[in-house]
Amino acid sequence: MKHIRNFCIIAHIDHGKSTLADRLLQQTGTVSDRELKEQTLDDMDLERERGITIKSHAIQMNYQHEGQDYVLNLIDTPGHVDFSYEVSRSIAACEGALLIVDASQGIQAQTISNLYLALEHDLEIIPVLNKMDLPSAMPEEVTDQIVDLIGCDPEEVLAASGKTGLGVDKVLEAIISRVPAPSGDPKAPLQALIFDSVFNPFRGIIAYFRVLNGQMRAKDLVKFVNTAKEYTADEIGVLRLTPEKRNVVETGDVGYIISGIKQAREVKVGDTITHVDRSCEDAIQGFEDVKPMVFAGIYPVDTDDYEELRDAMDKLQLNDASLTFEPESSAALGFGFRCGFLGMLHMEIIQERLEREFDMTVITTVPNVSYFAHTTKGEEMVVNNPSDLPDPSQLSAVEEPFIKAQIITKSEYIGAIMSLCIEKRGVLNNQVYLTTDRVELTFDMPLAEIVFDFYDRLKTVSRGYASFDYHPFGYQKSSLVKMDILLNGDQVDALSALIHRDNAYEFGKKICQKLRELIPRQQFDIAIQAAIGSKIIARETVKAVRKDVTAKCYGGDISRKRKLLEKQKKGKKRMRQVGNVEIPQKAFMAVLQLD
Amino acid sequence: MAGIYLHIPFCRQACHYCDFHFATSHRQLEPMVNALIQELESRKDYLEDAPVETIYFGGGTPSLLEPKHVDRIFETIFRLFPVVERPEITLEANPDDLKGEYLKFLTESPVNRLSIGVQSFLEEDLKTMNRAHSAAEAHACIDKCRDAGFDDLSIDLMYGLPDRTKADWIENLEKALQYRPEHLSAYCLTVETGTALAHQVKKGKVTPADDQAAKEQMAELTRQFEAAGYEHYEISNLAREGRYARHNTAYWFGKSYLGIGPSAHSFNGQSRQWNVANNVHYLKALNAGESPAEKEELTFTDRFNERVLLSLRTIWGLDLENIERDFGKTALHHLRKESRFYLQKGHLEERENRFFVTSEGKSMADRIASDLFALENDLL
Repeated sequence: MKHIRNFCIIAHIDHGKSTLADRLLQQTGTVSDRELKEQTLDDMDLERERGITIKSHAIQMNYQHEGQDYVLNLIDTPGHVDFSYEVSRSIAACEGALLIVDASQGIQAQTISNLYLALEHDLEIIPVLNKMDLPSAMPEEVTDQIVDLIGCDPEEVLAASGKTGLGVDKVLEAIISRVPAPSGDPKAPLQALIFDSVFNPFRGIIAYFRVLNGQMRAKDLVKFVNTAKEYTADEIGVLRLTPEKRNVVETGDVGYIISGIKQAREVKVGDTITHVDRSCEDAIQGFEDVKPMVFAGIYPVDTDDYEELRDAMDKLQLNDASLTFEPESSAALGFGFRCGFLGMLHMEIIQERLEREFDMTVITTVPNVSYFAHTTKGEEMVVNNPSDLPDPSQLSAVEEPFIKAQIITKSEYIGAIMSLCIEKRGVLNNQVYLTTDRVELTFDMPLAEIVFDFYDRLKTVSRGYASFDYHPFGYQKSSLVKMDILLNGDQVDALSALIHRDNAYEFGKKICQKLRELIPRQQFDIAIQAAIGSKIIARETVKAVRKDVTAKCYGGDISRKRKLLEKQKKGKKRMRQVGNVEIPQKAFMAVLQLD
Repeated sequence: MAGIYLHIPFCRQACHYCDFHFATSHRQLEPMVNALIQELESRKDYLEDAPVETIYFGGGTPSLLEPKHVDRIFETIFRLFPVVERPEITLEANPDDLKGEYLKFLTESPVNRLSIGVQSFLEEDLKTMNRAHSAAEAHACIDKCRDAGFDDLSIDLMYGLPDRTKADWIENLEKALQYRPEHLSAYCLTVETGTALAHQVKKGKVTPADDQAAKEQMAELTRQFEAAGYEHYEISNLAREGRYARHNTAYWFGKSYLGIGPSAHSFNGQSRQWNVANNVHYLKALNAGESPAEKEELTFTDRFNERVLLSLRTIWGLDLENIERDFGKTALHHLRKESRFYLQKGHLEERENRFFVTSEGKSMADRIASDLFALENDLL
């Protein structure tokens, strides 16, 4: 046990975490150069394209240092706020963390929030300046930022480059010398922390765990404490580049278990594994049932594909337990599902996976958060879809989720960012200068405001020089109203939204304008109205087409014209009808494209 | 029965609205005629010996062809193709070319129909469009053609032009009517991308008539000409006493045609093909003995859609009996289902087992056709 080192990597997106991790695998001979595809740890196509680690993984390396063999377990963490709970469990499985900071970019918001998580768990932090090969690297300045942040000695900051391999041996040395060995009791009852799971179409769910106390043997009868389910450990082992079978996983080590589990939701990240016979007394602290934060309707483009979509969602849920869905129907869109996601990125990922892995094109409605509605009768209900909100006459209050938003930027953009956040109903909590021109701003904000065009605008007002992170901290009462959209008097349920009363007029006007651009002219005028209850607050008109015929149609015009009209026919077939109005798919996301 | 189309890709100057294929430099005129003749030779079997009823010289500006060119082309066609007894042979001409020796030559040539690119009898319109002729030339040339003995004249008019009042348009129509042309084609000014007009519109220098105004102009034209005994027999074509353009009508009835020259299209009942729309590439291909064409085979659905598109534009309508015969019961059901909205709205009407666009429906013909189209699988 004293020769085991468990560590994770904390880094902002694009700061070179994956590249540096690959170097560690290469240096320790865990992967051959031939096997080393770029960014080995991210093995979903989607991840490689986006350059972000979506599902965390773990890998074991062997390394000889001063004549002694060491086992190094690298636990990879996802880099995006949507997955911060998963990050916290990965961190809880480690004793040390590499804090990787891009030497040309400096510290970013995600670095800080994950760093705080690591510090909370008493991890030994090894700061690494990455991308030292870049001409724009500014090691002194970034070293100062790090020293300010974690109070270390400047000498402790290592210089490295994932690209050239510079400093990789120093990093490995530091892991061995600075990260403490695990301290567990091999004789105590088994207590292992599940920090991740993956779905394998042949083996079912494979859970990744870290043994805190005791040891796990193959064929042991084990119990998952929080789900209270019991399984036989059909196969256990350690995680090399591919899983390697073992008879035992010792105290302090990291391994995997296969026990014939078919459903991802039976394996909850943060759960404790123990023996059925000799159970540990306590479950490991920090377990949470992950709750979806963002909801949206997903509908098949072709209404006949509903069953196919259900199959696809079922399969996605097998390996993504944080995805929730239940059937819903919409007058405009037919049958589909109301889905819950961890955040906006998670939503995009699901949408893309549906397209890539299942060849399903879907219509996604405007996302919303989960609300609590209080009725005049004193009932409390959860509202995941704006159209489910009780009638105003029966509604006494609505609560919405709030977040702590953390933004790090250059001082010159403070003004613009403040205005944006205040417009988004944010309240400034704190403003800290990290260096003379880098500022950390903390706001309390409604989560719902992040769901609508926040990231893009933040990027715009800061010219890309702002990093952003958030944590939900609870519900607060807000003056929210339900805004409906009517087309020629018919309500389009999929376009209803809950918004703050003060923003309603502005918002109603903008969305009507946007819809006017997106809804094609038809053979009659189309009135687009935004309404709160029975009160119309905005209106636009799509004028009727007066003329739709091109003058000449001779020998050379026929092919082109036929193709053009066929294309129109296809486009029309994909539209949805409300009353007599045809609505293109993109209109259902209109709210996200407001400027 | 079949037709031959020859594309003459040269113009004296570029009209501001035109996106047809042409060049304003005439250095290649001679090599082009050689190439056209060569293409005729190499594709003499395309029409499979079907009798050629119509020959059409389009462009560009075919009246830029010199007499010797026209003679050589006719010599080739009559040598290679079985031309019927009384063919319709049309040549598109600009008013400024139809005079003197050249007109005399045309009278003596096999050309028996002229399609005259008048576009407008108003001087300002001609300037706005950058036409090569004047209003006076437009007037003069028609009398000259009559005097020369042409008894089958078609004139082109454009509507929807910028800055025109209703009175201007009526004046234009009266001027056209006084010549009692056998045939009239009326085209709405369309802003095609990449044209000088598109640029002017973008810069805000020119504003074409809006849809409503253009629609009213066309309605006015139809009213006046119908009162004068013309039939509005296709969306943009009117004729008196049955003097329909036989060549163009063949397109709408799905007859075969051989298209010669850059950008020309051909159709043999199963496939459509089109030559490259570039003089240099066309000449190069022919010199190298290669085909300058791209080709598409028409699927069952394509042929159905073309039938719908082309028939609905004509006074003869879409024959449902023929639809059932050629495309089956499913196709007929499909049409019945998709046409309901337009029949109800009065844009379509059904008479004698045919669908016709009504006068109101004419301005929506493209949309109606598109909605009546079938997609793959609809007809299975």
